[in-house]
Amino acid sequence: MRVLIAALVLMAAASSATAQLSIEITGAGAQRIPIAIAPFAGEGALPPGISSIVRADLERSGLFRGLEVPALVPPPTESSNVNYPEWRSRLADALVVGSIAARPDGRFEVRFRLHDVVKQVSLGGVAYTLTQQQVRATAHRIADYVYEKLTGEKGVFSTRIAYVVKRGNRFELQIADADGASEETALASFEPIISPAWSPDGRRLAYVSFENKKPVVYVHSLLDGKRHVVANFKGSNSAPAWSPDGNRLAVALSREGGSQLFLINADGSGARRLTNSSGIDTEPVFAPDGQTIYFTSDRGGSPQIYRMPASGGDAQRVTFEGSYNVSPRISRDGKNLAYIARNGGKFQVALLDLATRQHLILTDSDKDESPSFAPNGRMILLATVVGGRGVLSAVSSDGRVKQRLSVAAGDVREPAWGPFIQ
Amino acid sequence: MRTVWIVVVFAAVLAGCASTPDEEQSPAGVEDRRPGTKPPTIGAQTQPIQQPPVAGVDLTGKARARSLLTDPGSILSKRSIFFDFDRYDVKEEYRPLIEAHARYLRDNGQAKMLVQGNTDERGSREYNLALGQRRSEAVKRMLMLLGAKEDQVEAVSLGEEKPKSEGHDEGAWTQNRRGDILYQGEY
Repeated sequence: MRVLIAALVLMAAASSATAQLSIEITGAGAQRIPIAIAPFAGEGALPPGISSIVRADLERSGLFRGLEVPALVPPPTESSNVNYPEWRSRLADALVVGSIAARPDGRFEVRFRLHDVVKQVSLGGVAYTLTQQQVRATAHRIADYVYEKLTGEKGVFSTRIAYVVKRGNRFELQIADADGASEETALASFEPIISPAWSPDGRRLAYVSFENKKPVVYVHSLLDGKRHVVANFKGSNSAPAWSPDGNRLAVALSREGGSQLFLINADGSGARRLTNSSGIDTEPVFAPDGQTIYFTSDRGGSPQIYRMPASGGDAQRVTFEGSYNVSPRISRDGKNLAYIARNGGKFQVALLDLATRQHLILTDSDKDESPSFAPNGRMILLATVVGGRGVLSAVSSDGRVKQRLSVAAGDVREPAWGPFIQ
Repeated sequence: MRTVWIVVVFAAVLAGCASTPDEEQSPAGVEDRRPGTKPPTIGAQTQPIQQPPVAGVDLTGKARARSLLTDPGSILSKRSIFFDFDRYDVKEEYRPLIEAHARYLRDNGQAKMLVQGNTDERGSREYNLALGQRRSEAVKRMLMLLGAKEDQVEAVSLGEEKPKSEGHDEGAWTQNRRGDILYQGEY
């Protein structure tokens, strides 16, 4: 019976009908794909072990359960003959084996192969060369490969996230791997930094910095650390959002009174007003096709989410439940809207299916802010407060999988999930 | 011991008086003014006296204005306007304060001011930034109605980012729903 279920799960997983992937069998114990990731032969030379990072990545997705693998002598490699019945007896549906070898040029080569234990076939393998500093990045690539082969959707383990850490009166804009490791500081300041937004190519961040005692929008190139002012008009400048082609930003400016939306070139030229309301218009975000902008407005009396053509024009109200719906974000496929809804004094992440109008509260925390879709749409990263401290957490877009991101001490806020690495 | 110090201080004050022209550089008036220092020799050639025009700068007026803005006894040293929850109108009790600042701006046409709006921590940071802007603009509007010029006042928002009180209760939030007035040179 168990074998049959496992087989069904794997079949479902192997098909590319991603939405139904299911492992979402209700009842006790989540149905996750049991996978064995054997320690790679020779991985001791490259701490921390690649196989353990691959396993942690896959488990974090909520779709996999990593199995304990005893130390095997000799360790299996990508070219070993696999004894499928033996792995089956360990209840593995899938198996990853691999090896690492030093190259004469000082770099390393890692090779791995993924096996479908149930069907008793190889699903493929890849070889990468890497430096000693690229162990984590390589493990994330391998996890992405395994994830895509077994679920049919792209993995996001190689992507990066941006967030702001506040320690005392110091603010740091940091960039880290999607698992929160390998963090680097892009900007440190004694004044607040908010609203980081990744350019579509992942090479630049737009954000709002208060270093001039008022909010000013900057664009920051991550490769060389060069930054330039995009909007520093009289009044407040905030809420940058990239157009999908990376050429323009939608921003909220108060230069003509109130907070209104403008479109501006990424070099700061050509500001053009988009909205003309007597209320607040802010938090713009482009739909993936670039044709529509979603934003927050209180033009109807309470803050709600609206949409309008990206060139300006009439706006339609999108959210209707409750009296406080803000911070809209659109999934990459354009089908779902994540936002923050206030319910009985609690601020929680909600998800609206734009076609069916069904909405779902995804979290049970009460101070959620700044939702941010993973580029494959499966998870939503958010800021919340636990024990009086700002932390990042993530929830799957069906609300079933929840994670807390372990980021070093301090108040963490303003997360933004970066695009797929190109 | 105290007597000795008084003597020293007195001597220093005297020395200071004697060195008035050099006051800026050597405030304590010590080294160069020992008795017995020879005056510089006078050269053989005479110099024509030149009298370029003197453009006077009087800092005393500005200094008085500055102290007027910071003297705790002056209403102009009061810089914060507090708002009720979810409200963006300036309460009547702050009218005298805003009138005083508007009068100052009217009387000092060169003076410039930054009004920073603030909110409590609840809700979206960007939406709060817009709400803080609404508060600073309410203050600016009232200043202008009372005679300040448009280009003298910049209204900006710090949203929830710079709380005056770091607490997470109504007491702290009351402190943080606020507009602050800063004059040029103070920001």
